[in-house]
Amino acid sequence: MNVVPLIAKRPRGKVCVPTVTLAHGGGGKAMKDLIDDVFLAAFDNPLLAPLDDQARLDLAGLAERGDRLAFTTDSFVVDPLSFPGGDIGKLAVCGTINDLAVGGAVPLYLSCAVIVEEGISIDFLRRIASSMADTARQAGVAIVTGDTKVVNKGACDKMFITTSGIGAIRSDIELGAHRARPGDVVVVNGLLGDHGAAILSARGDLAMELPIESDCAPLHDLVAALLAAAPGTRFLRDPTRGGTATVLNEIADAAQVAIEIDEATTPIRDEVRGFCEILGLDPLYLANEGKIVAVIPPEQAQSALAALRAHPQGGSATVIGRVTAGEPGRVTMRTVFGGERIVDMLVGEQLPRIC
Amino acid sequence: MKYVDEYRDRGKAQILLREIEALAGSMEIPRTRPLHIMEVCGGHTHSIFRYGIEGMLPKSIELVHGPVCVLPMGRVDDCVAIAERPEVIFTTFGDAMRVPGSRKSLLQARADGADVRMVYSPMDALALARKNPGREVVFFGIGFETTMPSTALTVLQAEREGIKNFSVFCNHITIVPTIKAILDSPGLHLDGFLGPGHVSMVIGTAPYEFIARFYKKPMVVAGFEPLDVLQSIWMVLKQIKEGRCEIENEYARVVPDAGNSPALRAVARVYELREFFEWRGLGSIDHSGMKMRRAYARFDAERRFALPNVKIADPKSCQCGEVLKGVIKPWQCKVFGTACTPEKPLGALMVSSEGACAAYYRYGGAKRQRNEAYIEAGEA
Repeated sequence: MNVVPLIAKRPRGKVCVPTVTLAHGGGGKAMKDLIDDVFLAAFDNPLLAPLDDQARLDLAGLAERGDRLAFTTDSFVVDPLSFPGGDIGKLAVCGTINDLAVGGAVPLYLSCAVIVEEGISIDFLRRIASSMADTARQAGVAIVTGDTKVVNKGACDKMFITTSGIGAIRSDIELGAHRARPGDVVVVNGLLGDHGAAILSARGDLAMELPIESDCAPLHDLVAALLAAAPGTRFLRDPTRGGTATVLNEIADAAQVAIEIDEATTPIRDEVRGFCEILGLDPLYLANEGKIVAVIPPEQAQSALAALRAHPQGGSATVIGRVTAGEPGRVTMRTVFGGERIVDMLVGEQLPRIC
Repeated sequence: MKYVDEYRDRGKAQILLREIEALAGSMEIPRTRPLHIMEVCGGHTHSIFRYGIEGMLPKSIELVHGPVCVLPMGRVDDCVAIAERPEVIFTTFGDAMRVPGSRKSLLQARADGADVRMVYSPMDALALARKNPGREVVFFGIGFETTMPSTALTVLQAEREGIKNFSVFCNHITIVPTIKAILDSPGLHLDGFLGPGHVSMVIGTAPYEFIARFYKKPMVVAGFEPLDVLQSIWMVLKQIKEGRCEIENEYARVVPDAGNSPALRAVARVYELREFFEWRGLGSIDHSGMKMRRAYARFDAERRFALPNVKIADPKSCQCGEVLKGVIKPWQCKVFGTACTPEKPLGALMVSSEGACAAYYRYGGAKRQRNEAYIEAGEA
C-alpha cells in the first residue's frame, strides 16, 4: 500500500507583482498567494494556519478566564492610512482590543477582514499586515481568522479593515454606564485629542504641520491595573469618535445623572489647544485612540489614580470632573474663566468655524 | 498658550465682574427689563457661550445676540445648483455646509454626488483651480468685511496669474447698513453695542460714528477673548452711566482706528454695493450686500453660471427676524424647539452654533429660568 507522506508544512504562495489587481480577489491562485504571502506570513499562528473557513477555539480554555464572553466589531476607514504614531493596521487592532478592554474583558482573539481597492501596492499591504501583527503580538492577542476582498478602483478609498474580537470577562467585574452615582469622580488617563488632531493635520490640507502623534495604543493592560487598584470602578469607555464630550453625555444619559467637569484640570496639550484655536474646533470632541474615561467611586479615586500614573499609558492621569445629582443627562464645564457652559452632544460632524 | 491665556485670567475676570456689578447697581435701569447690549458679531456670541460669560453677569444685564451670517434659502439653492454642475468643484468654509436651502444643504448635495470641498481659505480654492485646469472651481464667498478682503485678494491673484477656471459666488455682506437696519426696526430695545472686532480691523472705527451721533447709542469695538468681552461690557455701561454715546475701541491691539487701507483698496477694486440684499429673517436690506464689479465678471460665478435665483420666502412660522432684533427671546418663537431644532433647523438662527436659537436650545433651561425670573421680579 502506498502511503502518502504527511506534509508538515504546505509550501506558501508568493506574490510576484507590485500591485493588487482584481485577480487577487478572484478566489483562485492569485488570491491564495496574496493571503499566504501577506497575511499568513505576518499573523502566523496555529489557529489561523489551516486556513479553514473558521477558527476553532477551545471553550474550556475560555471558561477558565471568566464567566462571560465579550464580543465586539469595528470598521476602520481612516484617511490617511499612515499617520504620525500609527497606521490603519495598528488602529484596527488597538481599536478592537480597547472595545473589549473597556468592558473589563481580557482580549484573546481577533478576526481581520480587509477590503482593498485594486492598484494598492503589495509592499504597502505587507507593511499594514506587519503593523497589525506586531501590535497584536505585543498585546498578547492572536488574529485567528480573516477575509480579503479586492474591489474596483473607486469602490473603496484604498483600504478598509474590519476587526472583530472576543475576550473573557472575569466573574467579579461588572461595568456599566448606568452604574454612575452622584459623588463619583471622572478620570482620564492622559492628554485628550491627540489622535484627532494628528489625523486632521496628517491629511495635509491645513498647511499646518503639528508635532503631535496619535495616541493609538492597546489599553487592556492599563485597564487591568486600574481594575485591580479600584475594583469598584463603575464604568470605562474609550473616547474615540465624538471624543470625551460624547462619552460624558452617554454616561449622564444612561445613569440619569449630571456631570460637571473642570476645564482647568482637563488635560490637553498646548499644541492641540493651539490647533483647535486656529481652526475653531473643540478638543473635547476630538477622537482619542489610547485614552479611557473612567467613572470611579470617590473612596477608590486615589488608588485608581496611583495605579494609572504608575502605568506607562497613564502618566498624566487626572480627575477631570464629578458626577452630581444635577439635571439628569446634563454635562457642564466650569470654564477657566470662571463661567459655566454646557458640553453637549454634537448634532453632526464638527465643522470648523472660520467666519 | 502665550498671548491667549492672559486674556482668560480668572482673577482679572472677578475684578472686572465686581466693577460691572457696582456700575450696574448704581444705574437707574428700567425695572421691567434688563439692559440690552447687542454683540454684532458671531465671534463674540461664540466666546460668550464658550466661557459661560452670560451666567457671570448681573441679572440686570442681558446680551442680545446679533446677526450671524443669515443667508436666505434662495441663495443656498443657488449654491447647490452651482455645486451640482458636473464640471464644478464647489469650495466653502466648513460651517456654511449645513445651512439649509429649500431643497437641500451643501452637505446633502455632497452626499448626492456633488463635488463640494471644505477649504480654510479662498487661496486653497485657487490652488485647487491651478491643480484642476479641466474643472471649474467656485468659492463660496460669505461673511462681512472680515472675509471680504481675502476673497478680493484671491480674485486679484487669479487675475494676475491668468487663471480662467476660478470664480467666486459672492454673498458678502457689509456691516454698516445692517446695523442701521437693526436700529431702524420698530419695537427695538437696545441700550448699547459691542462692535465687531475683526470687521473693524478692516474698516476701522469711523464708519460707526452715526450710531453714536444719530441713534444716540454707545458702542465699544470689542476683542474676542473673554476678558475683552467683559472689559467692553464695562465700557458700554460706563458710557450709559455717564450719559455718553461714543464709539470706543477696546480692541486697539488689533483694530487701528483708520482700518486697514490695503485691504479696503482690494475690496473697493473688486466689489461694489448691491442695491439690496435679502437676509433670512430680516428681509431685504438696502445696500447691505456686495457684488463683483463688471471688470471682474469673468471671476463672478453669478455671471458665469445660470442660477435659479428664485426668492424663497422664509417659513411663515419662523421668527428669526424678531429674535435677531431682540424683540422676542428665542424660546418665545412659535416653532422654537418643536418644528425648529438644531437637527432640523427651520430658521438660520438654529443652524449655526453661533445662532442665538441654537445656543439657547443647547444652553436652555437654566438660562431661561434666570431671565424669566428677572422679568417676573421686574413686573411684580
